[in-house]
Amino acid sequence: MSLSKQAVDRRSSTPGALLEILGLRIEGQSDEAWHEIVKGVDLTLRRGEVLGLIGESGAGKSTIGLAAMGYARPGCRITAGSIRFDSVNLADVSEAERRKICGARIAYVAQSAAASFNPAHRIIDQYVEAPLQHGVMGKAEAKRTAVDLFRRLRLPDAEHIGFRYPHQVSGGQLQRAMTAMAMACRPDLIIFDEPTTALDVTTQIEVLAAIKDIVHQFNTAAIYITHDLAVVAQMADRVMVLRYGELVEEAPTGVMLTKPQHAYTKSLWAVRSLRKEEEEPGEGALLSVHGVNAGYRAAVKVLQDISIEVPRGRTVAVVGESGSGKSTLARVITGLLPPLKGQIVFDGKPLPPALKGRSKDMLRRLQMIYQSPDTALNPRRRVRDILGRPLQLHSGLTGKARERRIVELLEMIELDQHFIDRLPGELSGGQKQRICIARAVAVEPELIICDEVTSALDQIIAEGILKLLLRLQKELNVSYLYITHDLATVKAIADWIVVMRDGRIVQQGAKGQVLTPPHHPYTDLLLSSVPEMATGWLDNLMAERAARKAQQLLKSADQ
Amino acid sequence: MTTSLNRDANLVEDVGFAEPPPKLAHYTWLQSAWRELRRAPLTARFGLIVILLYILTALFAPLIAPYPETEIVGGAYEGWGKQFILGTDQLGRDMLSRLIYGARNTIGIAFVTTMLAFLLGGALGILASVLRGWVDEVLGRFVDVLMAIPQLIFALVLLSIVGTSVVNLVLIIAVLDSTRVFRLSRAVAVNVAVMDFVEAARLQGEKLGWIMSREILPNILPPLVAEFGLRFCFVFLTVSALSFLGVGMQPPTADWGSMVRENATLITYGDITPLLPAGAIALLTVAVNFVVDWFLHKTSGLRNEP
Repeated sequence: MSLSKQAVDRRSSTPGALLEILGLRIEGQSDEAWHEIVKGVDLTLRRGEVLGLIGESGAGKSTIGLAAMGYARPGCRITAGSIRFDSVNLADVSEAERRKICGARIAYVAQSAAASFNPAHRIIDQYVEAPLQHGVMGKAEAKRTAVDLFRRLRLPDAEHIGFRYPHQVSGGQLQRAMTAMAMACRPDLIIFDEPTTALDVTTQIEVLAAIKDIVHQFNTAAIYITHDLAVVAQMADRVMVLRYGELVEEAPTGVMLTKPQHAYTKSLWAVRSLRKEEEEPGEGALLSVHGVNAGYRAAVKVLQDISIEVPRGRTVAVVGESGSGKSTLARVITGLLPPLKGQIVFDGKPLPPALKGRSKDMLRRLQMIYQSPDTALNPRRRVRDILGRPLQLHSGLTGKARERRIVELLEMIELDQHFIDRLPGELSGGQKQRICIARAVAVEPELIICDEVTSALDQIIAEGILKLLLRLQKELNVSYLYITHDLATVKAIADWIVVMRDGRIVQQGAKGQVLTPPHHPYTDLLLSSVPEMATGWLDNLMAERAARKAQQLLKSADQ
Repeated sequence: MTTSLNRDANLVEDVGFAEPPPKLAHYTWLQSAWRELRRAPLTARFGLIVILLYILTALFAPLIAPYPETEIVGGAYEGWGKQFILGTDQLGRDMLSRLIYGARNTIGIAFVTTMLAFLLGGALGILASVLRGWVDEVLGRFVDVLMAIPQLIFALVLLSIVGTSVVNLVLIIAVLDSTRVFRLSRAVAVNVAVMDFVEAARLQGEKLGWIMSREILPNILPPLVAEFGLRFCFVFLTVSALSFLGVGMQPPTADWGSMVRENATLITYGDITPLLPAGAIALLTVAVNFVVDWFLHKTSGLRNEP
């Protein structure tokens, strides 16, 4: 330890660096043993610079982000390296001293604002806490600056929004309020840990633009952690690509986007280019939904007058933001929520509205894959039971024959047969989702409803899942009803696109038709909000939208 | 271990850049239990040893006890000595032998009662969590009514109505205690019942019994096992209390609760003999609580923060 410290000290600091991390090693405890999760990472950050950290989950990016504050999560420890913040080594000082140094000068914005705010207190009360505690300013002044920050972050009704409780504002607004809170003490460094990952595309760009503006206005240095390359392209001046706790590549954003050096970085870049050739609608509708209305209580209609058709062997993508009713549509089709009005026809025969009325064979032919593979697999049952049970139930397979079929299924989803004895907890996210897919295809269904199946996964893993789904469709001639908010995956997988908003269908048509202009205004909003892999994209878009708004204002003034 | 690494390496090629191979260590149930035990805190080990001793005593009572359970072998209230190690009771029965047989009766009955309470309360609790709606409502309110009446008094009343017998005792305490089990199992099962895998099972056409026993029960087992320990203590105390009041186990069956009552007068003469069965009850209760604490700590995933 002392040796490595000396060595570190000799590699003296870059002049003008606000934060300098050298040879950082962090270990995490799992299963009673310590494993290295960050393996000697160097990082320098100048004042006012925004550094993007990207990588898949498990790459150690959040751990490094926290370490920049000298903090290690419970169950983790910093074993070597120095973390120099403004020439103080945060790894050496005590907890109390660190709090004194960092409290006011380093701030952290977490992924889920909803989970980070205390629901029992108003936003403003939580905002003033940090400035008060660190003695930066008094209560009255803090409240005044809060309104200023809220306004700069383009929160609606900046004077009063602070007096609301966290549940009374939307997710995007809450994330901006959290950014304001981080800005409260005018810190020198802010760490953003995937601040927009949980948001819809349209909300995401608002938050991104707000964050970008305010960071520039105050000349704050920032570490921006994300797994979304297009986002990092908008936000960061410089990008570091991490994998398995090691640095893969580091370059200014422009260079990184145009000339990635490392094979891994190139593969990350390639993910977004997955495309499926659009196919002709094919032979007849397998599933048709006619004028369906549905809701949880008679008064609240979540779906209104929905009509769609899913042809055999094709993919219909249902796109919309959260709250658009797309998951409810899945519940209606599966029979979990009987519709209030309308009819669902499956393979020429009307489908009983409720789950109870459907025959076992009907259940077999219609399968479902969920968004989160963590909750879709019973954590106490092994892969053998998870896959074997539907086989036994629907195909009556037992003993050796069942075992053979399970191995066959594992091969189909590109997993080794040894996985048969594993519990879901012993699988990675992508592997779990593969098991979910295997469970769905096990009983040879004709329609599979995929509810956001890739949104909980990293891009590269998600690409693997999409490829698998496409291959299975070819092999088994199965139809997909693919529900998603992510337009990139729609481009990759769909033949037909249905755009939903507030429980209604806004537009539907063949993929080529929906994706080529002229768009429906809402489709246009969705499409233009998908971040592109070009550095100036966000600025251009915001400028464009502002210009359009100004034009409209002028027009209305003329009239 | 090496083979598992190899097969993960193959996988990586298939999937592209997958996560690094997870290191898996498969232990048998016994191995991991032993591993846990070696790292258990002192209190838990103490508790386990005590419980083990109680169980052995209960199982081998006829072999260990110097005299039969109900036979009068000496004069009343004989002091501690060579012939009767802990003296004799008010009728001249050997105190030590009765203590040993008492373990058998009291623990045995408490165990059976707790099992019954868990079967009843657990099954209904999970049922309520899966079905919700009016089933949940009716069961919940019925349990509220039962819980509103003080348990000991309710048991006393019921026992005096239906008469005191071991079967009645077990049934009444089991039903009264199952209310708390119902509440706990319903509360934890509700969180599991809304998970996607339960919905997936329903969409596969699984029946209610399967969903309750295979999908939900295994996931709520840890809190239930911990509760089992605590409930066992309470049942055990209730049995002893009822016996002390004279409506529990009937003479001449040896039972710790009634042994305290029968020999209580000795206290006034400075003899601590009646405290021994009371102490036996206390020791077991403490031991079970130690073990339950440790188990809860392990299964709830709490870390020992320094």
